[in-house]
Amino acid sequence: MKTIPTLGEILQSQGVSRRGFMKYCAATASLLALPPAMVPRIARALEQARRPSVIWLSFQECTGCTESLTRSSSPTLEGLIFDSISLDYHHTLQAASGEAAEAARHAAMQENMGNYLVLVDGSIPMGNPGYSTIAGISNYDMLMETVEGAAAVVAIGSCAAFGGIPGADPNPTGAMSVSDLVKDKPVVNVPGCPPIPMVITAVLAQFLTFGQLPDLDIHGRPTAFFGQTIHDRCYRRPFYEQGKFAETFDDEGARKGWCLFKLGCKGPITYNACATVKWNAGTSFPIESGHPCLGCSEPGFWDKGGFYAPLSTGKFDSGEKLAGAAVAGVALGAAAAVAGRRRQAKYMKEG
Amino acid sequence: MTLQDPTRSPIPYRHGNVTPLLNEIVHALDRLLADDEPTIIDLASLPFAPGELEDLEQALGTGELTAELEALGKSVIRETAYPGVWWVEHRNTGGEVVGRYIEITRSPDILMSQDADIGAGRARLRDSFDGSAPELNKETGK
Repeated sequence: MKTIPTLGEILQSQGVSRRGFMKYCAATASLLALPPAMVPRIARALEQARRPSVIWLSFQECTGCTESLTRSSSPTLEGLIFDSISLDYHHTLQAASGEAAEAARHAAMQENMGNYLVLVDGSIPMGNPGYSTIAGISNYDMLMETVEGAAAVVAIGSCAAFGGIPGADPNPTGAMSVSDLVKDKPVVNVPGCPPIPMVITAVLAQFLTFGQLPDLDIHGRPTAFFGQTIHDRCYRRPFYEQGKFAETFDDEGARKGWCLFKLGCKGPITYNACATVKWNAGTSFPIESGHPCLGCSEPGFWDKGGFYAPLSTGKFDSGEKLAGAAVAGVALGAAAAVAGRRRQAKYMKEG
Repeated sequence: MTLQDPTRSPIPYRHGNVTPLLNEIVHALDRLLADDEPTIIDLASLPFAPGELEDLEQALGTGELTAELEALGKSVIRETAYPGVWWVEHRNTGGEVVGRYIEITRSPDILMSQDADIGAGRARLRDSFDGSAPELNKETGK
């Protein structure tokens, strides 16, 4: 049986100093939204963690999720997470193709039976398997065969998590999500179009660090990142509460950075971490660039009316409910903060 | 990027996190003096309006000591104008910020030489003169 090196051994062999490792652990704690006091525990756990085998399946997708994850041309700190997994199959990134690629997938499954992770991007066509096949194998058959010996499945992006654009009306391929089909394995949804790359790595970091999957919400999303709405953490929110809105993209309100609710912002009903984790190495997020949130991490967001139609006139939610949102806003924000503290307390207690 | 940067959304509003944070730092200094209890504030967990983080950095100022660390990218560990309050910023090898913290402590842990590195350094040091100075080996028998 081959000896699998620990993450500590891997980093040591790469000449990473203890200070570098502590820095890595601090970034991991921040990534997992855990208190900095957890860093020593994370260090102990990560040092002993062994590389899990990961099989990445791509079905009806645009490769945007992989692009999101690999968008950085230089090695990143969070990229070390990927140094510490064994990515045994990813048909966009791997050098092998055809029978050799499929043989690699089968070998990884056999060698790591019961312990490997399956990451999926893209939805699965159930109308006619011919819509999407890999090596002559239907997406459904490949998914079900691969998840059989998996420890858990992570659905990356809104297509894998909820059906996404292939599943949008009239859903010509009969697209279904991973959780529609996989019922006997834990499934974590990391939706977004694309998802925030740090959220993808955080789920893997959590698995590596604590040997368990994160707490999930009703839609199977990690609560650490999907526990609060974009609106809860939006820096423009005070304008919403003051009733100051941009009416067009070039009016005075837009220039002054007022709330984009009337321009169709779906922030009040969209659970995601864009407002705090942000994009492009923490530079900004769509609202900061003057564009409303599209709600891309919510189920069926393609079929919820126009992107620029205000929520109060669209299909996302009822106008009456939203009218009360400003009043309830402060209370919701406080509840979110309490939930965050509880989560932190839980990990501290377990530590 | 500066507050006048044309690529930044022109938002005159501030979220209001700066003053509460300064208050939190005062309380953390109290704990440090009274109970020797350090505090770390992870700035990634707070929603800052554009420019607000710079406001905070400016409010804290720069003190007597700044250290740079080269490990998996550059880090800057800088004591602010208020002794015991440290601004710690970690970047990756691509120069992207991966962590930004305010540490209220006598000295951030990451400045200390770590046992594992000390052990490895000791071995390297001995190797460096073992080969070139055989007479030393003769004397010590090592």
